[in-house]
Amino acid sequence: MTEPTETRHAGRSRFAQNILLFARTLRAAGLPIGPGKVIDAVEAVKAAGIGTRDDFYWTLHAVFVARYEQREIFDQAFHIFWKNPQFLQRMMSLLLPQLRYDQPAEDREEIATRLAEALQGERAADAFAEMPADQEEVEIDAVMTFSGREILQEMDFEKMTSAELAETRKAIAALRLPIMEVPTRRFAPASRGRRVDMRATLRASLRNAGSIPLKLKSPKLRHPPLVILCDISGSMSRYSRMALHFVHAITNDRDRVHTFLFGTRLTNITRDLRHRDVDVALDRVAAHVKDWAGGTRIGHCLHEFNSKWSRRVLGQGAVVLLITDGLDREGVEGLEDETQRLQKSCRRLIWLNPLLRYEAYRPQSQGAKAMIRHVDDFRPIHNLESMQALADALGRASMRAERPERNPKRAA
Amino acid sequence: MASLPGNIDEAQALLKAGSYVADRSLATAVFLALKLGRPLFLEGEAGVGKTEIAKVLAETLGRNLVRLQCYEGLDVASAVYEWNYARQMIEIRLAEAAHEESKERLAADIFSERFLIKRPLLQALEPDPRGAPVLLIDELDRTDEPFEAFLLELLSDFQVTIPEIGAVKAAAKPIVVITSNRTREIHDALKRRCFYYWVDYPDAERELAILRTKVPGAGLDLSKEVVAFVQKLRQRDLFKLPGVAETIDWTDALVQLDQVALSTGAIDNSLGALLKYQDDIARIRGSEAAAILEQVRAEMTSAAATKLLQH
Repeated sequence: MTEPTETRHAGRSRFAQNILLFARTLRAAGLPIGPGKVIDAVEAVKAAGIGTRDDFYWTLHAVFVARYEQREIFDQAFHIFWKNPQFLQRMMSLLLPQLRYDQPAEDREEIATRLAEALQGERAADAFAEMPADQEEVEIDAVMTFSGREILQEMDFEKMTSAELAETRKAIAALRLPIMEVPTRRFAPASRGRRVDMRATLRASLRNAGSIPLKLKSPKLRHPPLVILCDISGSMSRYSRMALHFVHAITNDRDRVHTFLFGTRLTNITRDLRHRDVDVALDRVAAHVKDWAGGTRIGHCLHEFNSKWSRRVLGQGAVVLLITDGLDREGVEGLEDETQRLQKSCRRLIWLNPLLRYEAYRPQSQGAKAMIRHVDDFRPIHNLESMQALADALGRASMRAERPERNPKRAA
Repeated sequence: MASLPGNIDEAQALLKAGSYVADRSLATAVFLALKLGRPLFLEGEAGVGKTEIAKVLAETLGRNLVRLQCYEGLDVASAVYEWNYARQMIEIRLAEAAHEESKERLAADIFSERFLIKRPLLQALEPDPRGAPVLLIDELDRTDEPFEAFLLELLSDFQVTIPEIGAVKAAAKPIVVITSNRTREIHDALKRRCFYYWVDYPDAERELAILRTKVPGAGLDLSKEVVAFVQKLRQRDLFKLPGVAETIDWTDALVQLDQVALSTGAIDNSLGALLKYQDDIARIRGSEAAAILEQVRAEMTSAAATKLLQH
């Protein structure tokens, strides 16, 4: 760089400002980026230098991205934000090749919309008024698009009668799910433990000269993670609403609960349910889920779960609750394999079927027949009483005890 | 002891010297971690070469490698330090026999460094004549959250606190590499302190370069076919896609079977080196494998023809 120091210094601060602006854009687009990250980024870019656009990209990437899912958003934000090479040109007096902004692929458009909103919000807030307008101008060619392939119906929680609401809410909120506890490999002091706690023993012996009082310890117990897969198709709509209240109560009662809804596609709603207030939580779910009360593609959704999520949420011996009536629109192709795969990946697979309320119910539909062979437990879930029974059943420490092929009617 | 790389090119050369074929993006993350003294957080599917990066760094930089393999229930006693209880007991008995009266002095004595058994994390903070070691915290996602929280102190201040002794600070900052298979999300508080990199499956060109480096015994034609086959396989809907480690294993197996080119028979017999789930093997074995092979052959022939025409 041959320019005078003063300009260079000005370039630096402008440069830091732009990183800050970029960080704010990312934050507005949903990435958790604190002020510390901005300092890190400036430091990192100083260390790496701006050689090529690629290096610059990966330098910022290493700082700002912390999760696999964030890569797409970062990628788009980067290309939109740093599209105008003048940014870099002016700051570092380095020439960058003119870069084109790739049109986002079809499946990315949803993210681009989020970004578009974030960028516009940024412009409205306009924290850096002294920045020339042309630098901030960002053209985004992202339009809200909806998939025409599915008939998407927004869920309507209002339809629940007020009496029904009040009753379920009260009863379900009081419901506790005492899922069996499993020993971990950590220890806690216990007077009747089976192992000697050497550290405590030694300390005790220091206090009591002449004798060594044994202190004992035993393994700590902990709930295994719980994964809930809930069917929200048309045939289930009356129960899934109730089931959601149930799931919300569990989610707020313990840690490590993951919830997925499926109709024609799989949606992870774990984050939505974290909200303490059940109404707010369910509103968020309703806004999130697009295939409410439509058809069911159990096999397809289980496949998606197995390939995308099972390795991420079924670790450490998770228990899986599968809430569905087993009526599959698509037939049973692959359903049996997927159920088997699911059962083999978890500690215990429990199928909750509201149809079990009928005394005479037998798993007759092809889907149900395929699934029942591979579940560890089979229970009804159609009213509060059955929910309570379920809670009790889950409290028992049986692992793969109640194999349904031996006695499919046991639960009913 | 080799010096740390001064720029991204040098970082890339460093990895290459350890026969690790790296993307420029990975070299950038490695460079930043080394330069700014932050941990490097590597996430990716099993068998894409995450652990290898730490090993290569230790080797090329001439540092010792301290490895902590994580597992569920990993605790401070096996990760950081443990007191040598047996020796402490004897010491107490000896003190009693010698009528040592002062309990305080005895306590101070038996909780001194002499009785400390150092586990990997404490070892990594020790002064080392070869320079600060490379600390590999492998498969962090296998531990539970409490251990992750414990790591925060180590990773931000490079020190651990032993109640009886106090804080032990690193003589020199170790080079920390953390890997995760993403069987669960690691907490953001920990990731925030690191440079993050997602290690992806390599593209065909890079995979071929890796294969040529790792299995020099395999002919170029066989290597090319293997890479094309594996790349096609990764586009299939399998439960577990084969990683680079599997590609290398498979090629090794084929070389051991004296194969100079892929054949359906050889593929079927050695598929277990590539795919690790029975469902996947059953799906690919036989006609599916033959179809992929045919596709690979056709593409390679047409590529060769284009090349000929250009000359």
